[in-house]
Amino acid sequence: MIPLGHYLIVSAILFAIGTAGVFLRRNLITILLSIEIMLNAVNLTFVAFGRAQGNVDGQIITFFVMTVAAAEAAVGLAIVIGLFRHRESLNPDAFTSLKW
Amino acid sequence: MIALIPLFPLLGFAVNASMGRRLSKTISGGLASLVMLASFAVSVMVVLQVASLAPAQRVVEQTLYTWISSGDFVLDLTLRVDPLASVMILVITGIGSLIHIYSTAYMHEESAPEYARYFSYLNLFAFFMLVLVLGANFLVLFVGWEGVGLCSYLLIGFWFEKRSAADAGKKAFVVNRIGDYAFILGTLLLFVRFGTLDFQRLASAVAPLGAETTFGVLSVATLLLFIGATGKSAQIPLYVWLPDAMEGPTPVSALIHAATMVTAGVYMIGRNAVLFSHAPETMAVVAVIGAATALMAGTIGLVQNDIKRVLAYSTVSQLGYMFLAMGVGAFGAGIFHLYTHAFFKACLFLGSGAVIHALHGEQDIRNMGGLKAGLPITYWTFLVGSLAIAGVPLLAGFFSKDEILYETFAHGHVILWTIGILTSLLTATYMFRLVFLTFHGDRRHDAPAPQHPEEEEPAGHRPAADLHRPGADLHRPAADLHRPGSDLHQPGADSHRPAADLHRPAAEAHHLHDAPPAMALALVVLAIGSVLAGYAGVPHAIGGNNALGAWLAPSFAARSATTLADQAVGEVGEPGAGEAGEAGGEGLELSLMVVSSIVALVGIGLAAFIWLKRREIADKAAAAFPGLYRLLLNKYYVDEVYDATIVQPIRIVSQEGLWRGVDVQVIDGAVNGTASIVDGSSSLLRRLQSGSVRAYAGSLFIGVVLILGYYLWR
Repeated sequence: MIPLGHYLIVSAILFAIGTAGVFLRRNLITILLSIEIMLNAVNLTFVAFGRAQGNVDGQIITFFVMTVAAAEAAVGLAIVIGLFRHRESLNPDAFTSLKW
Repeated sequence: MIALIPLFPLLGFAVNASMGRRLSKTISGGLASLVMLASFAVSVMVVLQVASLAPAQRVVEQTLYTWISSGDFVLDLTLRVDPLASVMILVITGIGSLIHIYSTAYMHEESAPEYARYFSYLNLFAFFMLVLVLGANFLVLFVGWEGVGLCSYLLIGFWFEKRSAADAGKKAFVVNRIGDYAFILGTLLLFVRFGTLDFQRLASAVAPLGAETTFGVLSVATLLLFIGATGKSAQIPLYVWLPDAMEGPTPVSALIHAATMVTAGVYMIGRNAVLFSHAPETMAVVAVIGAATALMAGTIGLVQNDIKRVLAYSTVSQLGYMFLAMGVGAFGAGIFHLYTHAFFKACLFLGSGAVIHALHGEQDIRNMGGLKAGLPITYWTFLVGSLAIAGVPLLAGFFSKDEILYETFAHGHVILWTIGILTSLLTATYMFRLVFLTFHGDRRHDAPAPQHPEEEEPAGHRPAADLHRPGADLHRPAADLHRPGSDLHQPGADSHRPAADLHRPAAEAHHLHDAPPAMALALVVLAIGSVLAGYAGVPHAIGGNNALGAWLAPSFAARSATTLADQAVGEVGEPGAGEAGEAGGEGLELSLMVVSSIVALVGIGLAAFIWLKRREIADKAAAAFPGLYRLLLNKYYVDEVYDATIVQPIRIVSQEGLWRGVDVQVIDGAVNGTASIVDGSSSLLRRLQSGSVRAYAGSLFIGVVLILGYYLWR
């Protein structure tokens, strides 16, 4: 049986990859994908803890997260499409008009 | 029963103030006069009730309700009539009624709402004055004290469209306020020391103490009270408002600024006679200030040219006499003079009002003369009043003034007595100067056009608070305008004066209508009073029994439940009828009487000689001493000195220091500074809002890392 620590290490690596993606990539769609990776890294943690403690709480939370992630993807993609229509660009640095 | 006395005028005030606009003049004026008469009737009944008691118990009280109850401090709203208060209420309601009746005719040219406003103020004044004299403790007295000040302000500024009247009203109010401040302090000091504000209890608390030989609490407290009295009763140094108060309607001058309100200070000292007689230091100050004021005002009155101003300074001078009497401990004599003075000064003021009424607003005696034929009633009543004030034997002023002078002499104040006699001479002279210039000789139009501000009496156009010089006085058109013709009108001189523009007959003779019936009634009654009032206090020396002095004596003594007044009277040394005068007295009193009678007659003779026979003497005298003449004409420059030393410094400190310094710099600075600090720091902070989503996400991430890191590794 794989010990809990391994799951957590994988999860941390995935989360770091996702975070790096959010900050480093210049494409909104890639950023959205990176956010999905971060969410799934968290999911993995939940499930791993649930299994280690022998209950299903982690899995239940994971279903909620997946649901929210699906909704987020839908709304996020819609916003991306809207932005693209507006500016002909997917670079987040192009969208800085919401400031003082 | 006692409460009805002030409540009647209050009722009149309420009706006239609330519905006066819709009432006809007959109703509002009639109602105002009726409530005063009703109040007078009740006063007479109450006084009779008081008189029916034994001399020592002559007090009738009525407690309306408990006004303040806080811990040990309980203060009732109590009205109390004792001999002193009974004299006061009779004077106030009696003379007040006459002046109300007089006013119905005098003010008749006003529009109905103004007319009602006038009478509502007049009634309110009577109400407060009655509260003042009926109050049984300092706080009730103070309510009346402030109330009459308010009414004085309202009535001086009655014609408030006129700048000078509004200024004079403000001046009176502010100057009075200075005195009131000291008065409150004195009251508080007495309360702290003796724990009560009731006059009788205070007197009983003080009576067992010896007179203060050093300058102690009582001296300070009475001195503070006396400063309050100088404000209300127009003594040095706070007298400056009274001459300016002549901007008000003439009956107001008669009622408030001669007969009643200004006597409040004298009354207050009489009411606290026990306190004052235990503070010899204060008494000395009172006597000296009184004598100085009497002399100073008398000299000013000698050269003034406005008929009402002469009377105003004469009032200040007579009030000085009253304070002199108070200061030497002759409380009975002071109140006696207060009472006789109310008659003849009201008579004189109303007479001057009749003259002004007849001449449509002319107040300058240089433009009068020869009015005797046209105004017989006014002339004879004015003459009687003048004889009385001058101290001609057997008229009212003679008895009261002589009693004061005698008491002053008998108490060993020879210098003060000399000043008093000198003032008596001045009084006779300036009063008869007024009589002769106004009523005798030929009709004149001598007043120069006001091109020289320092020569022209500005008639109150120059209150201390005001800087404008009367050289540009618009109230007085050039003399040439009305000199050549027989027409007396000064069109535009004062749109408020009665009948100024209503009718314009061609010949002067038609114009001089004597006082209408309502005015004549008041004048005649007051003239009779001026003759007879003195007989209430004929001194022992000429076979009288000084009834008034004996009547008043219990009021100046501490009254306690067990020891009766006879004993207490001796204790504070009530001088009027007491043993003090008896011993070496009567011969001395008689000789002093002869002296002052001679002085009065000499003064009249002097006035007759100068202003009837040889008018050029007066001009020559003025030319011989131009400095002195100018000094007197400008009232010793007191207004100017006050303006320079008090008003202007306060103005400058207020403007440059408090306004431009404290208000603009500190207060506004703090408010604006807060705003600019927020603005400045925000301009730095807002750079954080770059609009870049990734920057926000980065800061969010860093924040999460820091918080989590803190919890994980702390």
